[in-house]
Amino acid sequence: MQKLAKDETSLTAYPLVEVSDLSVRFVSRDLDISVVNGVSFEVAAGEALCILGESGSGKSVTLRALMRLLPPTAQVGGRIALDGMDVLSLGPRELRKIRGGLVSMIFQEPMTALDPVFTVGTQITESVVAHDGVSHAAGRKRALELLELVQIPSAARRLDAYPHELSGGLRQRAMIAMALSCRPRVLLADEPTTALDATVQIQILLLMRELMRDLGMAVIIVTHDLGVACEVADTMAVMYAGRLVESGSSLELMENPAHPYTRGLLRSTVHGGMRGAPLDPIPGSPPDLADLPPGCAFEPRCPEREARCAACEPPARDRDGHFVRCIRG
Amino acid sequence: MRQTLASARSPASETIGPLDRGGPAQPLLLVNGLRKYFPIKSGGLGGSATYVKAVDDVSFDVKKGETLGVVGESGCGKSTTARLLIRLIEPDSGTIVLDGDPVGGPRGLSLREMRRQVQMVFQDSYASLNPRLTIRDTIAFGLKANGIDRATAGKRAGTVLDLVGLNPSMFEQRYPHELSGGQRQRVNIARALALEPRLVMLDEAVSALDKSVEAQVLNLLQELKSRLSLTYIFISHDLNVVQHVSDRVLVMYLGKVIELGPVDALYRNPLHPYTEGLLSSRLSMSPRKRIEKPPLSGDPPNPVNPPSGCRFRTRCHLAEDVCSKLEPKLGAPAGGPHIVACHARTPGSGHSLAGKAGPATTPSS
Repeated sequence: MQKLAKDETSLTAYPLVEVSDLSVRFVSRDLDISVVNGVSFEVAAGEALCILGESGSGKSVTLRALMRLLPPTAQVGGRIALDGMDVLSLGPRELRKIRGGLVSMIFQEPMTALDPVFTVGTQITESVVAHDGVSHAAGRKRALELLELVQIPSAARRLDAYPHELSGGLRQRAMIAMALSCRPRVLLADEPTTALDATVQIQILLLMRELMRDLGMAVIIVTHDLGVACEVADTMAVMYAGRLVESGSSLELMENPAHPYTRGLLRSTVHGGMRGAPLDPIPGSPPDLADLPPGCAFEPRCPEREARCAACEPPARDRDGHFVRCIRG
Repeated sequence: MRQTLASARSPASETIGPLDRGGPAQPLLLVNGLRKYFPIKSGGLGGSATYVKAVDDVSFDVKKGETLGVVGESGCGKSTTARLLIRLIEPDSGTIVLDGDPVGGPRGLSLREMRRQVQMVFQDSYASLNPRLTIRDTIAFGLKANGIDRATAGKRAGTVLDLVGLNPSMFEQRYPHELSGGQRQRVNIARALALEPRLVMLDEAVSALDKSVEAQVLNLLQELKSRLSLTYIFISHDLNVVQHVSDRVLVMYLGKVIELGPVDALYRNPLHPYTEGLLSSRLSMSPRKRIEKPPLSGDPPNPVNPPSGCRFRTRCHLAEDVCSKLEPKLGAPAGGPHIVACHARTPGSGHSLAGKAGPATTPSS
């Protein structure tokens, strides 16, 4: 609630993340697909953006591009600026410095993202020592502070626990602690609660909301879950087939969705109080990225399509910060 | 269609409702005292054996034509229960009665016959299909294993593909990797339906699908259910989806059934504090209605050494002394079909909120 009220101030603040016309193509001997196409957005300090989309929409690739975590077959175009720094021009040494220090990421599955043969404390200490150049003892002290920051009960004991000794919720907290270890200004999260149970999911979301408020980071969360987005996001961006089809403030997007895809997504999400009634799903399935339709990528599934939709790609329109890519505007 | 298979398989005398033996009032499935402990450390050489009590004394019934939703967090035993029912895992104890016939044992239903009537759809649509079989062969496999000749089985595969909305001429000869996730899950449903089962167990069958595809598959399941008069056990962690499809809902926690009731009563007035917490953990679809305080703290405890007495007491805001000493039994505090295992709701249990023994008191809501 507090976050929503802050909307006006955060919009005028300095955008910590500026992405313009980002494109990612995966090219190899027998493959050439464009996965992300002309994506632009900005996130200011203290603001949270949620990128929503189904599998294959390019949302995770967009997020990884911000940290240059893509494989060498990926060709990244456009411009990514984090705190004014042009990420796409950085060399390996500079990249290593900003990863963790300026920008860090929380992954979906903490069990595969944490190293199973080192204790949680060792892993956090290691990154603090490497980045801040402090002594091992100081690094461990900082690790303890971090575990307390993410509200892990009996944190001192948990420092010496291996990842497999922690429950799913505690593991995700430990991963958040590690992501925060070098005080990043930009925090990226890829489906941070998808692997968690409902009662634990809400605990982690509330923790993230609290940390965002207290630490004033710019946060970008990728999710397929509208409920998660509603809990944490100030602004939302909806992706479909590698393109941003709609973005705007959370309230605006949830209450006045303008793109037929966003509306379809809202309609087909099952929520309480609709027992037994047939759902109203979007027909068909997402298109093959290697073989996109010539016009609007959503046209074959769109209930509101017109003849001109298949002819050319729809232009993007911006109405007071509510951006829509649909011919009907 | 039901006739064609029945006549292919059995004498003509059985063709008229051959399988409905007990009549409409007989529950399709009766489960009593189902138990499965997985050993994780053997008890040799003076060490004591340790067990994961995955399913511990679970009893419930499934009525004909209903959808029973099963909810609970990971590790609560909901998937193990499903696998025990279809005997993918052998239970340690407990009885399963399918429409009046006990499953297994010298005079009971054979496993093969039970599995013809009870089919299952799994969460991972890709892992549950053989990558080296075409869709047609995948579906025909179970039919052939049940003694149906190759040609009939192939024809039947086309019929069920049509039933789940996949054009047989387009899909029959494809391999699983050539299909999308939603299409693969339709194939899994088609395979489950090929043997004309009466009970279909859906274990997180729509959880891995995208929202727009999930809605399509849910609609398909509802349509098939009424067309083929099926009974479903619908296992999911998604409380909204369970509410949407179920007639009754069963809530599990650490291997135990803690609450079971009609969907509306249970969602409107959950009796168990865990169900209450689970339901209030659902995320709203509006940024205006954010949750400010987590309804439950902590993670579900380890099922290896569950807490004594009531297994939920370590996370429960109503816990008292009695909860650690005595295990609560399932009972109906208000009478009727809504049952709960909680001392705070059971008159005479000794819990301060429970009231005295005697006539059932209405639970506070």
